[in-house]
Amino acid sequence: MTEGGTRSLFPVAAPVPAADDLDPSAAAARVVEEVLADLAGAHRGVVVDSPPGAGKSTLVVRAAAHVAAAGERLMIVAQTNEQVDDLIDRIAEKHPGITLGRLSASGYLPSERVLARPSVRVAQKADDLAEHTVVIATAAKWATLSDGSWPWAIVDEAYQMRSDMLLRIAGRFERALFVGDPGQLDPFSTVEVERWAGLAWDPMRSAVSVLLAHNPDLPVHRLPVSWRLPASAAPVVSEAFYPFTGFRAGTRPEQRRLEYGARGMGTTYDRALEEAASTGWALYELPARHTLRTDREAVQATAALAVRLLQRGPVAHSEQGANPVGADRVAIGAAHRDQVTAIRAALGPHGAGITVDTANRLQGREYDVTVVLHPLSGRRDATAFHLESGRLCVLASRHRHACVVVARAGIPELLDAHPSTEPVHLGVPVKFPDGWEANQSVLAHLAAHRVPAG
Amino acid sequence: MSALTSLAQLQAADAGIAQPLATVRHCHVADAPLVLVPLKLAGEAAAPLAVMLGSAPDDASLLVVPQPRNRDLRFAFAADLAKLVLNHIETSRGAVEELPPGKEGEERIRYGNAPQFLVPNRGGVAFLRLLGRSTRFRSTEGPYAVDPAVPVLGRWLTWFAERYDHPGSSLLRAMTEVLRLHWATGQSSLEDGNLAALVGWIDPPDGLDGPAAAAQAEDPVVWPPAGPATDPTFDNEVLAPAIAAYDRSGGDPRTEERLRTAVASQLTPTWELMWRAVGLLRALPEGASVPGRWERDRDAFTYYHQTFGEAYPQARRDPPVRAARRLHDLERAQDAYDAQRAFDDPLVMAEYRLAGQAFGGTVTACEPERLDETGKRPKLRPRVRIATEDPVRLDVGTTVCNAARPALKGRIVELGGDGVLLELTGGMGRKLVPEPGTVPREGDRVVFTSLTEGSWGAAKFPDRENTPWTHGGPPEEYTPTDEDAEEEWS
Amino acid sequence: MTETAPDLARLRGGAPPRNHDARTIAALTANPGCARRGLMDAAGVDKDAVARTLGFPTPFGQSQFAITRGNAFEAQVKADGCAELLTLLRERLGLAVPEVAYDDLEVVAGNEGRELRHTRTRRLLARALESGEGTLFDHPLLRLEIAGQLAYLEPDVIAFQVAGRLHVIEIKSFAVVDGQAEPEQVAAAARQSAVYVLALRRLVAELGHDPSRVSHEVFLVCPENFSNRPTATPLDVRPQLAVLERQLARLTRIDRILEELPEDLTFEPGDALDASVRAVEARYAPECMGGCEMAFFCRDEARACGATGALGRSVRDDLGGVDTIGTALALADGSLSPSDDLAETAAQLRAAARLRAEALLAVRDGAA
Repeated sequence: MTEGGTRSLFPVAAPVPAADDLDPSAAAARVVEEVLADLAGAHRGVVVDSPPGAGKSTLVVRAAAHVAAAGERLMIVAQTNEQVDDLIDRIAEKHPGITLGRLSASGYLPSERVLARPSVRVAQKADDLAEHTVVIATAAKWATLSDGSWPWAIVDEAYQMRSDMLLRIAGRFERALFVGDPGQLDPFSTVEVERWAGLAWDPMRSAVSVLLAHNPDLPVHRLPVSWRLPASAAPVVSEAFYPFTGFRAGTRPEQRRLEYGARGMGTTYDRALEEAASTGWALYELPARHTLRTDREAVQATAALAVRLLQRGPVAHSEQGANPVGADRVAIGAAHRDQVTAIRAALGPHGAGITVDTANRLQGREYDVTVVLHPLSGRRDATAFHLESGRLCVLASRHRHACVVVARAGIPELLDAHPSTEPVHLGVPVKFPDGWEANQSVLAHLAAHRVPAG
Repeated sequence: MSALTSLAQLQAADAGIAQPLATVRHCHVADAPLVLVPLKLAGEAAAPLAVMLGSAPDDASLLVVPQPRNRDLRFAFAADLAKLVLNHIETSRGAVEELPPGKEGEERIRYGNAPQFLVPNRGGVAFLRLLGRSTRFRSTEGPYAVDPAVPVLGRWLTWFAERYDHPGSSLLRAMTEVLRLHWATGQSSLEDGNLAALVGWIDPPDGLDGPAAAAQAEDPVVWPPAGPATDPTFDNEVLAPAIAAYDRSGGDPRTEERLRTAVASQLTPTWELMWRAVGLLRALPEGASVPGRWERDRDAFTYYHQTFGEAYPQARRDPPVRAARRLHDLERAQDAYDAQRAFDDPLVMAEYRLAGQAFGGTVTACEPERLDETGKRPKLRPRVRIATEDPVRLDVGTTVCNAARPALKGRIVELGGDGVLLELTGGMGRKLVPEPGTVPREGDRVVFTSLTEGSWGAAKFPDRENTPWTHGGPPEEYTPTDEDAEEEWS
Repeated sequence: MTETAPDLARLRGGAPPRNHDARTIAALTANPGCARRGLMDAAGVDKDAVARTLGFPTPFGQSQFAITRGNAFEAQVKADGCAELLTLLRERLGLAVPEVAYDDLEVVAGNEGRELRHTRTRRLLARALESGEGTLFDHPLLRLEIAGQLAYLEPDVIAFQVAGRLHVIEIKSFAVVDGQAEPEQVAAAARQSAVYVLALRRLVAELGHDPSRVSHEVFLVCPENFSNRPTATPLDVRPQLAVLERQLARLTRIDRILEELPEDLTFEPGDALDASVRAVEARYAPECMGGCEMAFFCRDEARACGATGALGRSVRDDLGGVDTIGTALALADGSLSPSDDLAETAAQLRAAARLRAEALLAVRDGAA
């Protein structure tokens, strides 16, 4: 294998955009047109890398309509029931004429937003949906089918899907569009998987990685613009987590503004919230200390910041107009489930309606403001889990307006002391960005937005 | 690792002796396991130097390769080893049990027993795996012919190494890992990798405590390494001169005997440790689900034994479908094994209680005959309130089951200061009044958990010939080639 | 030379600095948080000798079988002007290696002076970069600045020029079986190769060329399966390069550690040695046993003060900041009432202790 023959997930591309000169909408539209044009081409597969909030779902809806308009039946593969329902909602809204079938497991209770759509039929057997133009289900459900074939498939969140799942469903389609975010969390397993290291079909690699290893000539497109992340966040996230491919914000700094109805009282919480409103970021820094994962002070600060945010009557001004930020537009993210439980308990009634979840479960979601408990806060030794760049990437890229990070001081020292002795398997493509570098990069940025507690 | 295990380690360090991590034994221990203590030549991938093996403490066989670089001697060693191992396999399978016929009326049988291999550590497993890899493709005819038993040994060793990967299987176990599953020591996991030190902490010799026994164990003169790597000083000062003398003498039996004696001195202490460890494990009562897992092991063994003649040697690497299927099987087994251990053992369940995935306490209130009459027909829905000090981290609405009797299921209705309110939904019989003894009474101590066994269904996979284009299309069926058979082993 | 150089010389007690090689430099990344190790390494102190003097000799011996095997394999790969190696590069890796020139830089006209050898390496590589002449440069003697000291790197690699770029070829005697090798050994090889790549890049930059002409892709040459036949595998060392560069940058901050220490501190053998070593804080973890000569001393020290870290990094992390076994157990059994800082850890430890006791008691009662 020569250098040119090694295909990395993050090829060292020439700084992409000649499209940089274009207006963001035009640049994004151009990529979408190229994707749709490729669907008409001879390739069996098309891959679209989509950084956070780059219009992945919009693309899926458009591509679905495009295929349907050409008179072809289409299957859509999503990873969770929630993602399936999201897509049904969007497609039915935008294209009420398309007949949609939702294939589901026996235990599934259709959500109201699905029931409200007359063009959608829910069934447990694919035969019952044979007449429907678009059939949509989770990968797990698709994997239960042993026959039937669709000329086209769209695989959503394809980087979250393990390649063994793709193996189980790939027999159902002739050609496919794979859409996903390469910067998010990698698939994982509860068992030892070293046995398959270096194989092009390693079941632990992501679906896209295996697909490209076997079909290196498939076109790979990149959506160049994040419509979610504000101008304050896009460059930070892009540099830290997408160092080779890059993307930019779709909005200008003045297009996004977060304002509070109520004035602050000069507390450190208020100051952190004000810093976040004016710059898009805040680092609420607690004194250095090694703690349990469920560090009570950090948990309380995280919950209190979210509650205080709501109390101050935040209003988000954006290209979508001025909208009050309610609890449903605020999320709290953490690394571990026990932290999530502790934060939920600490939120109390004032925080009702705020989403609190782990990075894994926040993938693909969008909020106006997020409060993040830093995965390395209070740790003495970082593990690969804590350093996984995808985890921080998810947590730092869910917001449209501002992100408040809660952490104990001392993370740079912890990173400095981190031993680098990861085992290396031959033939496994190097993963970029390195978690250490990504963490340093984000911290370096946050340092300028530091508000010390108390 | 959890805080519970960490605490046990602290207690062990403080007490100077290992502390239990389990109250029952979570693996099968055969009446006559085949204990194997292999040694390899330093610097080589899998050049065997020696192995001590046998299925009783006083019945050790020692096989030595007097010149490990000599390929003929290596294959002679492999043939000798094959005879002993294959004999053990054939004599360990017990009587054939006839099972009810399968779905398509096919005959099903299960051997009443199966061989169990025990090695000192993970390195021993890796060595058997490589030895299997280096012998299973050998040809028994032509220019590089080996003894017919050699490739058979290779396939069996490969098969055992693959079963080792299977969570909960007891067909091949590494002793340090099995011991660590049951005891915590006051040293780190790295140091626990030394079998002598680990056993020293669990069962220190008279007059010593754990740390002193472990300190002794780190002296390779007192306790030679448990293999497969040898002590470098032994290599340089004893083994190398002995091999050189053997070479110089042109294979004189006396020099060979001196070499055997030297190697035996390195193996015997570990051999004795292995049997001490077997005794420590036997002293623990067997966990309730251990026989069930051993039955799965016997099924797997029966199948491989029955189909041995029709199958090729295992491929070098898994093709796509095999890889995906195996990963699924392993994950499923892991899930079941984790749950079974917790249900079998209150000390393992305590880990889940500390993590908030289970809770235990006293029943403070109980409505055993409560009916839910909101539906068309009334349903038996007893409620119990359980006072607990445990840090419960389950949401309202979560389904839980009783740790002592997992068939008894319920749903969390309320969580708060005065405990957990459960509505029982199943496992109380079919009538509108619960079967006697099924519903916990006031004052009973109970543990409930969200853990379930067997939540993973079996999955469908395409056949090899339907390997999709995304994974490179159907791979060629593996058939051994001459090249495989002639692979150098130098 | 940096300002810290005189201090570092004092630490060695006037002894010459211990030579670094790629292995010792790569080891700098193994426990970068350890001030003791950082300082001793930066000063080039002979840690092995110090540990021996303190009564904790390291048992890192090497078997002559391993050494013999390694040497024989390397000799075989390099025999006849690297004939086997070239075949590999051409056939296994599909590289177009048109004409071949092999230069061994190990011996310079009978004089093995390092300066001379380094000069020759520079000259040959300079010519190669200018003209594209030369293919294989064996035993290039490279230099790298480590904490203000120029360290020469023991030359056991080949620099290989193809298509205008230099690649490091590392010959290792561990086996690659069915495409995979021991991941820890591959990682160690990758770390060492990264040191050579970095040193080569610095040299190439000094010679006025683009450092990226030294590829981050190295070729690992190992025995294949169970044979002596070599196989070559490309290995991307970018992650190891990044780690190395940041750790070398960190070493230059050794002056901060020095500031905190007594001005007359020295690791010279003598009565004060024990106290001197203890004056510099260690960050012992069981993993140190795999590669640091001081590990047995540090372990003994950590155990003597009941450090939770001696039981493993994860144990210490589970205990959320409690450093000693005694404190943790006192919190667990309630005999010590926790400060506010430790209230949470104490609660968890007490819960763990209660659950353990309950489970063990239940079984004892059941058995009775």
